[in-house]
Amino acid sequence: MKKIVCTIGVAAGTLMVLAARQVDFSGVIRGGERPAIAVPDFRGDGQAQAFMDALNQTLWNDLDGSGILRMVPKTQYPTTVPQQLADFKIPPPAEPAPAPAGGRVRRGQPSAAPPPPQTGGGLWLSDWAIPPAQANYLAIGYTAVQKNDKLPDVPPAFVLRGWLVDLSQSTPANAQALAKTYIESPDEAGARKAAHEFATDILERFGAKSLFGTHIYFVRHTGTLKNPVREIWVMDPDGKNQKQITRFNALSDFPAVSPDGTKIAFTSWVHVNPAIFVFSVDPVRDLRFYNQRGASVTATPSFTPDGKQLVFASSAGSDHCCRIFAANLDGSNLRAISSPNAIDVEPKVNPKTGAEIAFVSGRSGPQQIYRMNMDGADLDRLSDGTGEASNPSWHPEGQILAFAWTRGFMTGAFHIFIMDVAKRDYKQLTNGPGKDENPSWAPDGMHLVFMSTRTGSSQIWSMLADGTELKQLTTQGVNLHPVWGK
Amino acid sequence: MFSKRKITLICLAISIALFAAGCKKKVPAPPPPPAPVVTPPAPPAPKAPVVGQFTAEPSSIQRGQSATLRWDVSGDVTSVTINQGVGTVPGTGSRQVSPTNSTTYTLSASGPGGSVTASATVSVAAPPPPPPPPPPATPEAPKPTLEQALGAGVQDAFFDYDKSDIRADARDALTRDVNALKAILSDFPSATIMIEGHCDERGSAEYNLGLGDRRASSAKDFLVQLGVPGDRLKTISYGKERPQCTEADEACYQKNRRVHFSPGQ
Repeated sequence: MKKIVCTIGVAAGTLMVLAARQVDFSGVIRGGERPAIAVPDFRGDGQAQAFMDALNQTLWNDLDGSGILRMVPKTQYPTTVPQQLADFKIPPPAEPAPAPAGGRVRRGQPSAAPPPPQTGGGLWLSDWAIPPAQANYLAIGYTAVQKNDKLPDVPPAFVLRGWLVDLSQSTPANAQALAKTYIESPDEAGARKAAHEFATDILERFGAKSLFGTHIYFVRHTGTLKNPVREIWVMDPDGKNQKQITRFNALSDFPAVSPDGTKIAFTSWVHVNPAIFVFSVDPVRDLRFYNQRGASVTATPSFTPDGKQLVFASSAGSDHCCRIFAANLDGSNLRAISSPNAIDVEPKVNPKTGAEIAFVSGRSGPQQIYRMNMDGADLDRLSDGTGEASNPSWHPEGQILAFAWTRGFMTGAFHIFIMDVAKRDYKQLTNGPGKDENPSWAPDGMHLVFMSTRTGSSQIWSMLADGTELKQLTTQGVNLHPVWGK
Repeated sequence: MFSKRKITLICLAISIALFAAGCKKKVPAPPPPPAPVVTPPAPPAPKAPVVGQFTAEPSSIQRGQSATLRWDVSGDVTSVTINQGVGTVPGTGSRQVSPTNSTTYTLSASGPGGSVTASATVSVAAPPPPPPPPPPATPEAPKPTLEQALGAGVQDAFFDYDKSDIRADARDALTRDVNALKAILSDFPSATIMIEGHCDERGSAEYNLGLGDRRASSAKDFLVQLGVPGDRLKTISYGKERPQCTEADEACYQKNRRVHFSPGQ
């Protein structure tokens, strides 16, 4: 699997390089050399040993997936791995320079002392900075399940002690870039959480936002051909902690998440015709959005940047689907934004400006991406009219859209593209077999989640905005329409 | 192991012994006198079996009835068989048979003097037809449900890709549907009928919500123009959420680009 992903990634990367236009996406794609970090496997004491695979894997994946660090392969590490900063030894002072030329070494005379060692086998800082490791940073640490002697009633906890070591420094004391203790529940979930927190602190040192704590909402498809069932689910950015949110046992689809991450809006057929629902996430509760009576379709909602309104598509007030509307979160204050001539769906308000809407329309023929002001004025088509385009998702900074496009492919063969809205420059991020649809930006503005059929079934994947670091997040069943929220 | 020399000596000894034996002179014995020729008398020729009787009584039956085969074989008999599944039988006997069709039975008797066959035919006539069943007490058939009535009498109408206008074959199908829909609506005076709009899997799921809605409302407009009461027809779009097949080929795509009629809710 990993190999396939790698191959696809490399192939996609190569093709992108070949097809590259001179486009500046420096806001979302980091170029240049990334700092190299070595992350040897941490060891755990006693009960903690059982959770070390989860911890090591989580820490590695979080740092690897960040897109700002280069992971030094574990095969290139020195043999001895320090578990704490105090394990580092200071190399002995360098030997005085050899005797000047002309000085003769007498034969048969044993040398006075063995030559000084060239490495500390891993216990010198420099061991990690020189080949083969050649790292700039090193993360080390250890774990244990501990009980607090002073608080006998408190159950034992999983404790991670972690260090980030700056290998450009000459002494261990100076090299400590981070030293912190993390205390979590003594189980696998606790170990993962501790690893996420340590990774978050490391990434913060490099000015990057961690995705730990953000959520990906998606749709899981079950049931039969005659009686399909779709429910809204949520999971962590690494695909863990999958939880079901809706339990309508009906078709519920197209989730959107509020800017503060506390609410979702989606479309459901549970009351026959497709209609909008707004739910709080924790606890899960129906907040009761009022759908216009008699509208055959009210669907594809998303939140405005202030989180106080929804924009959506509806056939309300006309015989045909759909115009773009805006309304309050309870359905009041309803007003139409676009005219009722074509199919307009999937409105997304610019999260930075709050002043424009990207949406999908069939007004010029096959579906394309358009933009308009909040009052419907200054309408512009963003995609160039070729193929079919759908699923616009605004980058948090409001200048770049990710979307799905069939440009250059056969009908229905969507792939993920990003576009600089002001310049209309675009870049294709995915390639290869299957369809890639529904891209959604992560809150860090560097990652995207999307759905792909490249493995033969529809699953949720994440990647960096340059198309690398592809990760499959779901494997079970059929999973669709992801959206990344706080 | 023997040494070479020993082997040579042994061989030599054997050769000499054999040579000595072969050289012994022998006097040949006189030949024996020829045996006297005796011709035994020929055995009497066996008599071939004789079939005295092989009959079927009666020789004509109706299907389901039976007939009796009788036979009597005399002479030197080693076996008597009757074909058509009767098998090996004694020299004299009878057997009941009930063939379903006209059948010729062949009796084969064989013995050392030869074999002989005889046959008998049973003609089978079809029985007269049974009397017709009495007419049912209440001639009323069970009433179909609305779903059954729609399934039996109302056809789907199909569309082109990314289109919601009624093409020629859909026009024909919907025109045929008009009378069926009117009849069903009068049979079910309180019912409404849902026109479902569906799409193939290629366009985006979100856009297809709109496309399915437009297909359903195009079909509704067409039916209302032809006199189907519009207040009894509702529309719903399922986009591409409820396909009836999932193959990625045009045959399946076309099956899914349709409007379908179901009971209103």
